[in-house]
Parts: sequence; structure tokens; C-alpha cells
Amino acid sequence: MRGVGKSFPGVRALSDVSLTLRAGEVLVLVGENGAGKSTLMKILAGAVQADEGEILIDGARVRIDSPQEAQRRGIGMIYQEFTLVPQLSPPANISLGHEPTKAGLIDSGAVEARAKQVLAELGAEVPFDVPVSRLSVGQQQLVEIAKALAMSARIIVMDEPSAALADREIEGLFAAVARLRAAGAGVIYISHRMEELSRIADRVMVMRDGRVVETRDARDFPVEEIIAAMVGRRLDAHFPPLPELRPDAPVRLDVSGLSRDDTVCDVSFSVRQGEIVGLAGLIGAGRTEIVRAVAGADVPERGEVRIDGEPVPAGRIGDAIAAGIAFITEDRKAQGLVLGMTVRENVTLAHLDEFVDRDLLVDLTRERAATQRMIGELQIKTPGTEQLVRNLSGGTQQKVVLAKWLLGNARVFLFDEPTRGIDVGAKTEIYKLMLELAARGAAIVMVSSELPEVLGMSHRILVVRNGRIAAEFSRAEASPDRIVAVATGAAA
Amino acid sequence: MKNGDRRAYWLRIAAAGAFVLVLVAVVDVASRGSFLEPSNIVRVLRQITYNCILGVGQTFVIVTAGIDLSVGSLVALTGVVAALFANAVHLSGFALIAATLIVAVAVGCAAGFVNAVPVVKLNLPPFITTLAMLEMAVGAAFILSHGRPVALQSADFQNTGIGSFMGGVTTALHLPNIPVPVVWMIAVIVGASVLLTRTRFGRYVFAIGGNEEAARLAGINVARVKTAVYMISGACAGIVGFLYMALFSSGSPQTATGDELLESIAAVVVGGTSLMGGRGSVIGTFFGALLIGVLYNAMNLLNVDSYLQKVLLGAVILLAVVLDELRKRYLSR
Repeated sequence: MRGVGKSFPGVRALSDVSLTLRAGEVLVLVGENGAGKSTLMKILAGAVQADEGEILIDGARVRIDSPQEAQRRGIGMIYQEFTLVPQLSPPANISLGHEPTKAGLIDSGAVEARAKQVLAELGAEVPFDVPVSRLSVGQQQLVEIAKALAMSARIIVMDEPSAALADREIEGLFAAVARLRAAGAGVIYISHRMEELSRIADRVMVMRDGRVVETRDARDFPVEEIIAAMVGRRLDAHFPPLPELRPDAPVRLDVSGLSRDDTVCDVSFSVRQGEIVGLAGLIGAGRTEIVRAVAGADVPERGEVRIDGEPVPAGRIGDAIAAGIAFITEDRKAQGLVLGMTVRENVTLAHLDEFVDRDLLVDLTRERAATQRMIGELQIKTPGTEQLVRNLSGGTQQKVVLAKWLLGNARVFLFDEPTRGIDVGAKTEIYKLMLELAARGAAIVMVSSELPEVLGMSHRILVVRNGRIAAEFSRAEASPDRIVAVATGAAA
Repeated sequence: MKNGDRRAYWLRIAAAGAFVLVLVAVVDVASRGSFLEPSNIVRVLRQITYNCILGVGQTFVIVTAGIDLSVGSLVALTGVVAALFANAVHLSGFALIAATLIVAVAVGCAAGFVNAVPVVKLNLPPFITTLAMLEMAVGAAFILSHGRPVALQSADFQNTGIGSFMGGVTTALHLPNIPVPVVWMIAVIVGASVLLTRTRFGRYVFAIGGNEEAARLAGINVARVKTAVYMISGACAGIVGFLYMALFSSGSPQTATGDELLESIAAVVVGGTSLMGGRGSVIGTFFGALLIGVLYNAMNLLNVDSYLQKVLLGAVILLAVVLDELRKRYLSR
């Protein structure tokens, strides 16, 4: 790939990215969330079209304008979310869309033979007579790789393949990757796990902010230097100054021993009045799961949440809201808003009981007045209270979500990726708002995948890894290198 | 553009109104004026009463993105139970009518509750649970009635079933008599419309249909609201069961087990309520039922063959939803 560039509305996702992959090598692609790795791979797999640049395979220039075309060119993409049909058996999945036929009917003997052959190439053993939904995640992934091989893929891209696997299953994956390499395939392997690099990488390519920072042989690219290249030096001038925390500020939110499945493991922390605590970590580390459990959106198995010393009844969102918890979710379209409702209806949704007359009818006049007040306070750019939320921009929608939670008397605010996908101006406004809430004594927890945001907006930073709080840094101690080192498992 | 969507809403009402007006004009001319006679208009309203009330209950369910297939059988079951009850108790006059109505509505509510439990507890599709209820309710109606209509012993229900509302007044004003069931329909429409558009509950119904997860995270008790909508649908079936029982002076296990279910859904959908949830109105359902009723009436006046009537009705339903979809695409461009 040479000089590849790609822009999305408002964002330059990739600029002048070049990548070379040799036959029989494993190239590991690393970079922070949002560095452009996934976009680059989607371009290679035909799922996204590049604005500029070219792709050459075996020296010949090719145009890859659809996933089908990528498959024909021998490019196999293994996404984090599997593309298997859960009800079908492994052989049926491996041949899906390319079933060998005999007299117009599926030749099931040939289907099984092909599955056997490609799984043998991978050195994998998978039962044939069960639906893939019954297989372990690791086995499903091997089936996914086998599917790519069955389409005679010579270039195989794996997007964080080890993220969902147990240690034993990772060994199986590594063995499969080693066999692919030995068979002459080129493998691009996206990973966040530093400890894996030395095991499988021939070369390491680091991306940051849509550019290639450095590509080196894995042998002379120490982990510390990789992290330094990932993090880089950045300007973070757009953060408003964070006021000092009053030394005598009492604890407002206290979480102790919170556990749920294996996604939240014995998490304890507290947040004082006026304090902003940042939760850093990789995607999938369990940050969202922690705040969901605190908010009552998921029922924790063990542990307790207290606000100003009072225990919050576990597992009922209504109780958590009544106790003063506001949970601003990560995905505003799927979880935060009813897109087909108006600004007014969304803003009052969580506190509608305050707008009811004689316990019966909703008072539209008071609703409009309250919504109008929030529109003014947050400078929500909407033509009016009756505008459908669907028609607003991302940043404006996020402000509607905030307005919904500011309407009540919440004392604890849980922000999950509060500025994802919104423009810089709206970001700054949301930061100012967080500071204002803190100044009024609210306790704030902010989950963010953007390191500058965590560093610029937190009094304290907790790094989450594998559902646990792996490290805690004060504002003074925290640095991008230290956070990334803990988050990726390069340091304890 | 302060309120584009409300404007779109009125545009739809206006378009539907124009469509109905043209239809009315054509049919009236073709039937030599009998179509627009006041007595014929009242007849249409009377004919759509039952379908409209069922559709109103169905509207609540469909706005939450659910479906209630059991409403027709519940009409049969509640009618049979109400008739058995009325024959068994020693009451008369208003007390008998009120008690029988309460029984019919209670049976409908209970069935709606049973419909809802697997939906909210196990997340089963309402298509299945209400389909099961469809079978169970009609079976129970046959068992309870021994397969025959249960004749009412009391004549107290006559006015409810076939009487006129304030007959003295309408006669004095030279207006056609207003059938009591039509008054019931209007009361149900007004009550349901206020419930759906003006109360917290109604707001939550839309929120759940629009985005169930967002509704849950806003602290709404989704299970309770969903249970209530199936109970409302059951209650509406109970009212219709009661009205049919009063009309026929008997509760029959075969009442409303034909096209009634599908026509109630058709009224809702033609009335602009989205099967995907989150959008709809009770008034729309009334107009949907009215369109179907007007169509049947017109085809009868024009002596259209009754088999052909079915074909035409289906075609009109399809046309209505296709036009609505095209209108939406046009507006969203």
C-alpha cells in the first residue's frame, strides 16, 4: 500500500500511509485507539474506499472496491466480531458462499473435505457436527481463519485476534499464525498486547494520528520505544485549566468490592466532591462494564456503591437515578437517546414525574420551559424544543443527553467516552461543563480512550486492565508512557 | 422550520383526508346520493366500532414494537364469560351492566397479563406468546360455552347493544339516532388518546418503542410498561366482547374469530403507526378503521361482488402503506 489517505467528514483518518508486507512474514500493527489501524485494514479489505494512494499485490496495481474483490485478490480479513453463522456447523461456515456442488446440490462430502484440509493446515482440531455457537471463542476464531484460507487467502489480516481469548487459546492462535507464515502467507496482526510482540512479530509498524510513525524489525524495537512511538508528544491546549481539589473535600462516591462475571473483578475506588477521576485502559478492558455496574445498568454479583455514605440499592437503574447517579452512556444513539422523539421528550425522559400535574397529565408548558432553559444553559444548537433528535449533529445530540441528566439533582456523574465522535468546539464545551459540575460538588468518573483527555481532565487516573484496576496515578505522576505501559500489560 | 415533523404529520392527515374525500365523492355519485345520507354515515361508524376499539388497544402494543394476535379470540372468550356471569348473578339494570362489563374487561386484562409475562421475563417474541393465547382463549371459550352461544336471560343489555344515545335529543333535532356502541368507541378513542399522548405512561410507551435500552437507562420500568400495554389490548378486547354480547344478546365462542384480528392490525398500520415501534397514534387508528369501513360500505352500495371486496380491500391496505412509505422517503430527502 502506497501513500494511502482517507478523510471522514470532519476527521482526517489517514494521511500518506505506506505499508509493505512480504510473503511469509508477520507484521504487527500497533497504535492507540483511533490511530487509524482499523481504517487502513478496512481499505485493504475493500470495506472502505481510500481517497488517495494505491495498492499493489505481487507488484501489480489493483483496485479493491468491494469485499468480494478483496477476497478474489486473496485478502482474508478476520474481524474482531466474527462473521460466522452461529447455527451452521464449522464445515458449512468454512464453505459459506462458495459451496462445492454436485448436480446443483451441495456436495457435503467435498464441504467436509475442504474444511478438514484447511483446519489441518492450521493444525487445529474442531468438532464438525455441532453448530459453531457451541464452540469456544478460540475455536470459532480458528474456524474464521480457516474460512479465509479456504478462499485461498495469501494476505491475512487479523484485528486484535487475541483480545477475546483465554491464554490457552492464544497458544492455538499463535501456532496457527506460525503455520500460515511457514506456508508463505503474509499476516498483518493488529494488537494492543505488548507481551505478544516478541512471540510472533517479524516486523512492527507503529501508527499514530493516521500516520505511520515507525516500522522496524521486531528484534531491535524494544517495548519501551514502541510505546514512546505510539504515544508521541501531543498538544493539548484545548483543555480548560483543572482547578485544584480542596484538600478537605469529603468522599462523595464510594465503590467497594464490585464484581460481575469476569468483566468486573473486585473493583474499589472512591471519588471526592468536586473530583474528576479518569478511567483509562484499552477497549474491552472493562471500563464500561465498571461504570455500568456502578450505574445499576448491570446487576453486580458482589460489592457496594455508596453516595455520601448512603448505600445505593443494587441493580435497579431507577434507584440509582433517585440516589443521584447520572450515567452518560458511550453510545448515545443506541443507549442515550430516543432518536425519533423530540429534544423536549428526550430531555425530560428520566425525570418525567416532575412534570406531571395532579398525578395524571404531563404539563407540556412546564416541560417546554425546562427544556428551553437547558437549551440556553448548554447552548444546544436546535431550532426548538420540538425538533426531532435524529436531525441534530453528534455534538448537539451529546448535549441533549447531558441536558437529560443535568435536569435532575444528580451528585455523581459517570461519563463513558463523553466526547467520542464530536467536533473540537463541542468537546471544549463539554469539558467546561464537567468542570462546572465539579465546582458545584459533583463527583465525576470519566471513561475515555483518548489519553490527552484523561490526562488533561482528571485529578486522578485509574488504569483498568482485565476488569481490574491495575494502577492508580495522581495527576502529577501520570504520563502517557506509564498509562500505556500498564494498560497494555508491559508493566504491572 | 420550527416543527417539520408536525407539519409532516398534518400533511399525512391532509393527504389521507383528500384521498377519502375523493373516494367519498366518487362513491356518492355512483350510488346516487345514498352514500352521504346521515343514516349511512352513522351505519359506517357503527360498523367500524368493534374493529376500531380493537385497533386502539393494538396501537399501544404496536407502538412498543410488539404485536397482539390474541385480540379476536379474546373477544370470543370475554363475551362468553360475560354472558355466563350475567346469567349467574342476581343483579339487574345498571348494576348488572356495570358488573358484566367489569368482568369482561378483567378477563381481557388477565389474558393480556399472561401474554406479557413471557415477553418481559424471558424476552420471548410477542408473536408467539399471543399466538398461543389466540388458541387457548378460543378453546376456553368453546369449553365454557359447550360450543353454543350462551343466550342472555336478562333484557337489560338491549340498550347497550342496539339502543340509541340520547335518542330524544337527536330526534328533536332531526338528526339520525346515534348508536350506543358508537359512543363507546368515541369514549375509548378519547381516553386512549389522552393516555397515549398526555401521560407519563404514554410517553414511556413511545420511548420503549423508539429505543428500549435508552428507556431502560432513563430509569423507566420497561417490564411494567410493556405488561400494561398487553393488558390494555386485552381490556379493549373485553370491551368489544361485552359490546358484541349485548348486540347479539348472547356470548358466542365464534364471535370475532375470523378477519377481526387482521383488520384490527390493518387499521393500526393504515393509520400510520409503525410496526417497528416508536411512532403512531390512536386518532390515526380511528382513521384507518374508518377507511376500511368506508371502503366496505361503498363496495356494498355499489354491489361489488363480496369475493372481489376482499381483493380490493387488500389492495387498498397495500396501497396505503406503500404511499406512506414513499411519502416518508420523499420527506427525508
